[in-house]
Amino acid sequence: MTEASARFHRSVAEALADPHLRQALDRTTGRLAGGLAKAFATIPDAGALRDTARRIRAHTIAHLDQHLDQFERAATARGCHVHWAPTAADATRLVVDIARARGVSLAVKSKSMVTEEIELNAALGAAGVRVVESDLGEFVVQLADDRPSHIIAPIVHMSRDDVARLFEDKLGARPDEVADIPAITAFARRTLRQEFLQAGMGISGVNLAVADTGSLCLVTNEGNGRLTTTLPRVHVAVMGLERIVPTAADLGVVLQLLARSATGQALSVYTNIITGPRRPATSDGPGEPDGPDELHIVVVDNGRSRLLGGELAEILYCVRCGACLNICPVYHHIGGHAYGGVYPGPVGSVVSPGLMGLDEWSELPHASSLCGACRDVCPVRIDLPRLLLNLRAQTVAARMGPAWLRIAMPLYAAIATRPVLYRWLGSLAARLSRMMGHDGWLDRLPGPLSAWTTERDFPVPAPRSFVQEHHAHAPRAGGCE
Amino acid sequence: MTRPTRVQLFVTCLVDRFYPSVGHAVVAVLERQGLDVSVPMDQTCCGQPAFNGGFTDDARRMARHTVDVLSASPDPVVVPSGSCADMIVHRYPELLADDAAYAARARDLAARTFEFTQFLVDVLHVSPAAEPDGPRLAYHASCHGLRGLGLVEQPRQLLRAVAGDRCTDLPGAGICCGFGGLFAVKLAGISAAMLASKIEAIAESGADAVVATDVSCLMHIGGGLHRRGSRVRPLHVAEILAGTRHD
Ligand code: SF4
Repeated sequence: MTEASARFHRSVAEALADPHLRQALDRTTGRLAGGLAKAFATIPDAGALRDTARRIRAHTIAHLDQHLDQFERAATARGCHVHWAPTAADATRLVVDIARARGVSLAVKSKSMVTEEIELNAALGAAGVRVVESDLGEFVVQLADDRPSHIIAPIVHMSRDDVARLFEDKLGARPDEVADIPAITAFARRTLRQEFLQAGMGISGVNLAVADTGSLCLVTNEGNGRLTTTLPRVHVAVMGLERIVPTAADLGVVLQLLARSATGQALSVYTNIITGPRRPATSDGPGEPDGPDELHIVVVDNGRSRLLGGELAEILYCVRCGACLNICPVYHHIGGHAYGGVYPGPVGSVVSPGLMGLDEWSELPHASSLCGACRDVCPVRIDLPRLLLNLRAQTVAARMGPAWLRIAMPLYAAIATRPVLYRWLGSLAARLSRMMGHDGWLDRLPGPLSAWTTERDFPVPAPRSFVQEHHAHAPRAGGCE
Repeated sequence: MTRPTRVQLFVTCLVDRFYPSVGHAVVAVLERQGLDVSVPMDQTCCGQPAFNGGFTDDARRMARHTVDVLSASPDPVVVPSGSCADMIVHRYPELLADDAAYAARARDLAARTFEFTQFLVDVLHVSPAAEPDGPRLAYHASCHGLRGLGLVEQPRQLLRAVAGDRCTDLPGAGICCGFGGLFAVKLAGISAAMLASKIEAIAESGADAVVATDVSCLMHIGGGLHRRGSRVRPLHVAEILAGTRHD
């Protein structure tokens, strides 16, 4: 087993042994999944809307280069600076350079998964720029020196008490200042307000960018996104290469699904559409009163374009709603951290190996029972099980995974395509296991199969198989019609 | 499709080796419908363990074998497992799409393959008689049947006809029991945790038996129940319909 595999299995075991985590996950994922079901019940033909959204995403990804070109032209015409970052290192360097050139020492940031992916905070920190997370969840994560465990609800693994204690320890909050969630929120807001006023740079992600207008769409449920993108003099928006829709009408379709799938809302509380930086006064008019002087858009590839045209390209349709996490029974039991990467859950099990290769991430595609609940819930109908299967096949082709299985499976296939041998060996195995079983059950299986019997018994095979009995005209099961 | 007079039974490797009584129950139910049921001798495993494990070539080998075995006759194929039926219906045509000798036959087989309850309800329009007494049943909706084949109503309709109010859905009926084939061994801890949740739901339901369309789930759930000394029995829907377990 590689070091990466061992690490994964260790973190899974730790997560499973944590009853506190399980409770926290039960609470939030259940609520989010329930909210989704209710929110979808309010649109007359949700299925058709999903089909439309899928078509939009599929079309966009199939012609991504054209849409990105169009976006760059439109955004530039609106006064934005568009930067291309082939790798995570390129992306962080670009942002650091922008900060340095403008003498920025403090940046506020709204929630963004792609900046987690490229580890932007660490890069800016190393360059002497302090970054303050302004989304409440991310603020808590940063304060606790933790990692987000969900793409929408970063502190789904924590309880309210955990946060209250953290604020007391790290920020010196009094008990009455963290007595309940509104108090906690108000306390965080007071703490953050000062930072907003002093920050020289606001950093945000991008939920979706509109190709034909050059606009950026950001959805949040806290006002922080709005402050981040309007108050500081410089706004840097970091977006994954694939986060684009052709037109504003397309954006409308996807947004309806995004809000419902993410949080069960018909529309997120704040849906911001940003087109260019603040427009200065001209002879035609007074200009805009607020907004940044500069708007930089950093478009991050970091492995995405490698997926284009391939069998995993479908994962680029993803709008990062998190619904597949909330519905996933595996996520439900192990939470986000166990997945190791920035993107947990079914989507993460495709994205992490997809973007970063299988060497470090070969276990994730196997960490699924392939129940298909994620495919059913995905607003853009990504066939996640199929993508996981594709990655599994890649791991086998690369001779990754347990050695015993690489021997056992071809052997099984060889036997199963030789019916006489299959029947004979089946009967032999039945006889042997009957000698080891009690009352029709085995409480220990040999070798790697013993993992089954750690927590469940295994039935002893029947002395004669059904096919053998049937063909021997054994007494048929009676009915009582 | 018009009502056939003959069917072939692809019984699945798990029924064949571990639950022959389920196979007999399926035959009994189908014969009671006046069908001539044949059981091709050389059937083995549909190849799903290999396919789901990423062993595509091995899966393809088993798929070809099964296509051969089930194409000797043009009769429809009944499979008492949503998961294996889904494999034949949806995966075989893809797996063998580029195989000149098999692609057409795989598509033909897919088009005449049915999961057991789907066949009873959608093709035969069976409405079984009510049984006044019997165990209280809780239905677990196996994943691949539910989401792959869309088996939402068929099994429930049959169970309700037989057991009426004695049959309810398990709380969270459509949540995976954690079996997932090799997943149960490779990630045994997660699988066992999912099973524990399923067993909590079974206990909560107060049922005497948990019923499903797939013995794979029942083997997993049954193994967990037995380890815990539970008296709740795992039953295949065919066993309810054949009356073989109405003791
Ligand atoms: S894969 Fe689908 S359900 Fe999962 S986060 Fe992406 S869009 Fe949402």
